[in-house]
Amino acid sequence: MTAFKSLSAAMIKGFLRDRMTLFFAFVFPLMFLVVFGLLFRDASDDKTKIAVVGDGPVVAALDKTGALELEKYDNAEVARQKVHDGDLPALVVAGGSGVELTFAASDQVKAQTVIGIVSGVVDRINLAESGVPPAFTLEAKPVEDASLKPIQYLTPGILSWAVSISGVFGAALTLVSWRKKQVLRRIRLAPVGPTAVLSSRVLVSVGTAVAQGVMFVAVALTPPFGLQLTGQWWLALPLLVLGTTAFFAVGMLVGAFCRTEEAASGAANLIVMPMAFLSGTFFPVENAPGWLQAVSNIFPLRHMNDGMLDVLVRGKGIEALVVPSAVLIGFTLVVGFIAARVFRWED
Amino acid sequence: MTGARIPAVVVADIRKHYGDLKAVDGVSFTVAEGEFFGILGPNGAGKTTTLEIVEGLRKADSGAVTLLGENPWPRNTKLLPRIGVQLQASSFFEKLTAKEQLQTFGSLYGVTAAKAVDMLELVGLTDKADVQENKLSGGQRQRLSIACALVHDPDIVFLDEPTAALDPQARRNLWDVLRAIQARGKTIVYTTHYLDEAEILCDRVAIMDKGRILAMDAPATLVRGLDAPTHVVLQKGTLAPADARAIDGVEQAQEDEVSLTISTRKPAPVLSALAERGTLDGLQVRTATLEDVFLDLTGREYRA
Ligand SMILES: Nc1ncnc2c1ncn2[C@@H]1O[C@H](COP(=O)(O)OP(=O)(O)O)[C@@H](O)[C@H]1O
Ligand SMILES: [Mg+2]
Repeated sequence: MTAFKSLSAAMIKGFLRDRMTLFFAFVFPLMFLVVFGLLFRDASDDKTKIAVVGDGPVVAALDKTGALELEKYDNAEVARQKVHDGDLPALVVAGGSGVELTFAASDQVKAQTVIGIVSGVVDRINLAESGVPPAFTLEAKPVEDASLKPIQYLTPGILSWAVSISGVFGAALTLVSWRKKQVLRRIRLAPVGPTAVLSSRVLVSVGTAVAQGVMFVAVALTPPFGLQLTGQWWLALPLLVLGTTAFFAVGMLVGAFCRTEEAASGAANLIVMPMAFLSGTFFPVENAPGWLQAVSNIFPLRHMNDGMLDVLVRGKGIEALVVPSAVLIGFTLVVGFIAARVFRWED
Repeated sequence: MTGARIPAVVVADIRKHYGDLKAVDGVSFTVAEGEFFGILGPNGAGKTTTLEIVEGLRKADSGAVTLLGENPWPRNTKLLPRIGVQLQASSFFEKLTAKEQLQTFGSLYGVTAAKAVDMLELVGLTDKADVQENKLSGGQRQRLSIACALVHDPDIVFLDEPTAALDPQARRNLWDVLRAIQARGKTIVYTTHYLDEAEILCDRVAIMDKGRILAMDAPATLVRGLDAPTHVVLQKGTLAPADARAIDGVEQAQEDEVSLTISTRKPAPVLSALAERGTLDGLQVRTATLEDVFLDLTGREYRA
């Protein structure tokens, strides 16, 4: 066996036999995915459902807004009873040129939403009918994330986060433990180059990242979560690899400065946790204040996350990889260079 | 024949200072091929520092080292396959079994997995092949560590305190391993703070203290050179101290609660005189040891 292969095998065995690292690489992020995935399952499915009787341009336009869910009734009395019973917040009866809106007074917020939407639609149709050019125009653009169900941004986010955990912790803890246990000095006494040692460890991290990707996506695809992959989801693979190398470099830097495993995992946590929150792991960064979004750009996780979202759930193609890949490669080179400079074989 | 060959190890006046501390302060020695050489001394004497400079793990401030005709510093990959090193703290890969440790270390030298596992037999760990390293006893770990140092069949083996912190039985088992290694024709350089052990195992020893070598020779030669008295110990009451002092050749006779200790430089006539009188109850004869040599050299009791 070559040194590279046997070192990789040794590290994979060590990894698989260590319950702690397995827990933090797989179970821990998966717990977040499951909890948040179930918690937020219906959060954006809150289209208001109203009853509709009759047909016409107003009903068609209402349907097109996508903001309301229309439940058709043939009989206005039955529908009115529904509103009366509190089953539905409002009823629209369309006939001829008149539109009659009945709403339940109990839920003011829903009622106002419905009134707003319906009157907006009616006004627009009136305006169009009159042929008068509008004095003011409103241009409303959807923010992309508004259309993402929570599971759609949680899966790429938590996957990237999990890769950052296993990358940073894996590199830092291996380095510290090998230095402390003198394995590094012992390896140095053997006729193998540092490249074989380093690349075998990186390979193990990349393998872990791919395993994490398969596992999390598989779980998220199951019915309780209902993840929908779009287009070229396999483009996530290069991102997994590049993300791993970037986080591995961070771990090497952490490992170079820490003497004990405890110090190394503390430092790794201090880096990974804030980075996860600021990079859109648990909520879309677009919802954060502008300055926070700017700050989050310094984190490789932010860029990995952006790329993952684009290729996994936004249906984007290879062009979406350009910026994240460039940032991750640059980050790996710069941090890796620094880590190599401060690297120590022994304490 | 050996005279014509280059020595395995040549160390010439190496020094290593850490600030004001002279960890190694001008050490020189030569080890012949096939020799079992011991570096002895109390903790902090500079044994590990010396050994690691020789192995090429640390850089000496000054002085020169030659291993098999090569300079070990900076890292000399041509030399590395020919030396085997056991570091003072045993170094293992995490969570791997004894067998896997050997195979992994072996692979770093291009040794096949099957050949690597053969080493288990030499150190008597065949039945522990599938036990994880952290579940082995102290003595088993040390033996595994030595096996890892030997896995690539090196010419010189460096062992740093292989018997430290072991119980007497484990130490004796390890001695057998060390003798077996020497029987294979390896050159062994090892450190210990057990002087008695070195006396038994080593062809030659260097006694170190405070970064310097105080004496270097075969253990028996060092002890003989001391010209120290032999102690003949008898059970108390066998003989009165005054009568003992009257025997020809006795220098000193002292009694404590349990025994009478007679010091002499002519043990043979003294012992026959005692035998004639039939006063040999509880007889023990203690000759000088390397500890006495240490006391003589440093003026203080040896304490590891
Ligand atoms: N890296 C180091 N930095 C500072 N002091 C050291 C270092 N290594 C060893 N020493 C000191 O040098 C002396 C000799 O140490 P060492 O060679 O380990 O002794 P031994 O192996 O005989 O016990 C000790 O006082 C030790 O504290
Ligand atoms: Mg030592």
